[in-house]
Amino acid sequence: MADAPTAPGAATLDARAHAWERVRHARDVKRPHTLELLRLMATDVVELHGDRLFRDDPAIVAGFARLDGRPIVFVGQQKGAETEENIRRNFGMPHPEGYRKGMRLFALAERLGIPVVTFVDTPGAFPGPASEERGVAESIARSITMLTRLRVPVVVVITGEGGSGGALALAAGDVVIALENAIYSVISPEGCASILWRTADAAQEAAVAMRLTAGEQVALGIVDEVVPEPGAGAQDDPAETARRLKPAIVAQLDRLAGFEIDELLDARYARYRAMGAFATAQPTGAPRPERPGIAERLRTLFEIGRITLGGPEPAPLRPQAADETDEPPLREEI
Amino acid sequence: MPIKLPFRPRGGEFPPDLWTRCPSCGDMLYNKQLEKNLRVCPKCGHHFRLRVDARLAHLLDEGSFEERDADLESVDPLAFVDQKPYPERLAAAKVTTGLRDAALWGTGRIAGQRVALCVMDFAFMGGSMGSVVGEKVTRAAEHALDERIPLIVVSASGGARMQEGTLALMQLAKTCAAIARLAEEGVPYVSVMTDPTTGGVFASYAALGDVNLAEPNALIGFAGARVAAGTIAESLPPGFQRAEFLLEHGFVDQVVPRHELRDRLALLLGYLRPAEERVGARASAGDGVSGLGGFNPLGFLAGGGERETGRG
Repeated sequence: MADAPTAPGAATLDARAHAWERVRHARDVKRPHTLELLRLMATDVVELHGDRLFRDDPAIVAGFARLDGRPIVFVGQQKGAETEENIRRNFGMPHPEGYRKGMRLFALAERLGIPVVTFVDTPGAFPGPASEERGVAESIARSITMLTRLRVPVVVVITGEGGSGGALALAAGDVVIALENAIYSVISPEGCASILWRTADAAQEAAVAMRLTAGEQVALGIVDEVVPEPGAGAQDDPAETARRLKPAIVAQLDRLAGFEIDELLDARYARYRAMGAFATAQPTGAPRPERPGIAERLRTLFEIGRITLGGPEPAPLRPQAADETDEPPLREEI
Repeated sequence: MPIKLPFRPRGGEFPPDLWTRCPSCGDMLYNKQLEKNLRVCPKCGHHFRLRVDARLAHLLDEGSFEERDADLESVDPLAFVDQKPYPERLAAAKVTTGLRDAALWGTGRIAGQRVALCVMDFAFMGGSMGSVVGEKVTRAAEHALDERIPLIVVSASGGARMQEGTLALMQLAKTCAAIARLAEEGVPYVSVMTDPTTGGVFASYAALGDVNLAEPNALIGFAGARVAAGTIAESLPPGFQRAEFLLEHGFVDQVVPRHELRDRLALLLGYLRPAEERVGARASAGDGVSGLGGFNPLGFLAGGGERETGRG
C-alpha cells in the first residue's frame, strides 16, 4: 500500500484495527524523531540547551536550522531511538524545564523575527512528583499562551504521538501539519480506557472513540494538512518521510510570510476561538435530533478522512468563524 | 432515552439528606448547619465542595449576578460511546445537578466592585471542560476585556472532557489565548482554585491568574494521582498536589479559607484595576502609556461611569 496509504485497507479493516495500527505506528521506536527529521531535511542545525532556570531537559530539543535556506527556530519533543537514549530522553515526556526552554526559544525567535516550527511527539508531559513540584501545568499553560500570541509565524508538525496537554504546549500555531500515522488525543487511549471502561484493555475501543487518527483530526478541523508516509509507515523510510514533509513545511512558511503579523495573530486567535462544538438550548419540548447509527457516523468520518488524506493541499487560513460558533454544529458536518 | 442516575444514595445510620459525615474528622454534620457554614466542617475546617449557586451567593453582592449565555449546551461531536453514550451521561448530569453544563458565567459585584465571574461546578460530570466550559471561560474573558473589568474564574474540575476528544483539548488553547489578550491589555485576572483543579483546567486558565488563590487542602495538580502513580512506579509524597504544596512551590499566592475568600477578593480588587487602555504589545511605539504598564492612578475616575451603565 505504498502509494495509496489509506485506501486499500481502510474499508475492509474494522475501525479498531485501523485506529490501533496508527497508534502502533505513531509509537514505533524506529520512527524518525525531531532531530532525525531535521538532520534529513534541514541544514545548519544548531541545537541550544537549557531553560536558564533549572536545567536542560533532553526530552525537548530546540535551536536554529535552515529549510531550503529559510531560517527557522525549531522546538520539539525528542524520543530516543533505543532504550538507553529513551531513558535519557525520558521517552519524550518533558519536565517543566523542557517547556521553559521552548519558551526561551520562542521569545528569541520573536526578537529575531524568525518563524517557529514545532515538532510534536510525546506520550504526554511527565506526570511525576518532580514535574509537579516545578509546575508542569503552569509551564504548559504559559507555553500555549505564548504561542497563541507569538509575533512570528508558527508552523506545527505532529510527527508521532500528540499526547494531550504535553503535546498542545508546542502545538498551538497558525497551521498544523500531521504525518499520516500521527495521532492526537486528549488523553492516551490507555488512560481513557482505564477511566471510562475501568480497564486499560479497552484501549483499542478508546482509540476509536476519541477519533485520534490524523485523518479524523482533519475532519474535526484541528489538523490542517496530512503528509502521506512512505511504505508501511515513516519508520520504513525516514529519508523519504523527510523528503515529503519538508516541502509541506516550506510551503506553509512561505504562505504565512505573506501576512502582516497582526493579521496573522487575529487569524490565529480566530482559529482556536472557533474550536469546539456546542448548541444553544432549544425550548423544552423541542424534538431532539435523531442520533444516526455509529456505523453510519464512522463511515462519514472515514470518508472525510480519506478525501483529505488523498490529496492534501496547502490549507487556507481558517475562515473567521468566530461568529458562527453560536450555531449548533451539525453532526453531519463532522 | 432512559435516564439512569449515576449514583445511588449511600445507606447508613443517618438519612443522607439530613446528615453528612466529614471525611476528615469523621464527625456527623447536620446538613442545614453545614450549608450555613459554607460547607466547611465547623469542627476540623474540612472544605466540602461547593455547588455553583452557593458559591455565587457567597462571593457576590446580593442580587448583583446576571448570568450570561445560560443556554449553551454540550453536543456530541465525536458520537462518543464508552460504556454509555455521551448524550446519556449529559442527560443524567443535567437531571442530578439542574445545570446545563459544568460552568456558569456572568457579571456581578464583589463589595461594590464590578467583575466578570465564571464558576465551575464539580457535580456536573466532574467539572470536566468540554466545548461549553471552554466557551464560557472565553466569553467571560472577552467580556472582561470589552468592559474592562477584572475577571475571576473559580475552578473545580477533573480536567478536559474525554468524550469531546481533542475538541476538549483545544479549549486549553482557546482559553489561554483569551487570557493572554487580557494580560496584554492590562485587564487583571484572578484564578481561584478549589477542590479539585486538575488536568487540562490547571494546565490552562487556572494556572494563569495575575493572582492565584486556592482553598485549603484543595487537590491541585496536572496528572491525577492515579495517572501519576500508574505511569511512574513511585509512591507519592504526603500532601502532594494539595493547595499548601502549591503554595510552598510557588504556584499559588495564597491559600484562603472559604470564609475569608470574599473579603480577600474584595481587597485584591482594590489593587487589580484595569489599565486605562491598550497597554499591550500592540500599543503604538510612541504611546507614552505603554512603558508604564498598568500604572493608572486615576483609572477609577475614568471607568466608573461606564461600568455602571452595563447593569440592567
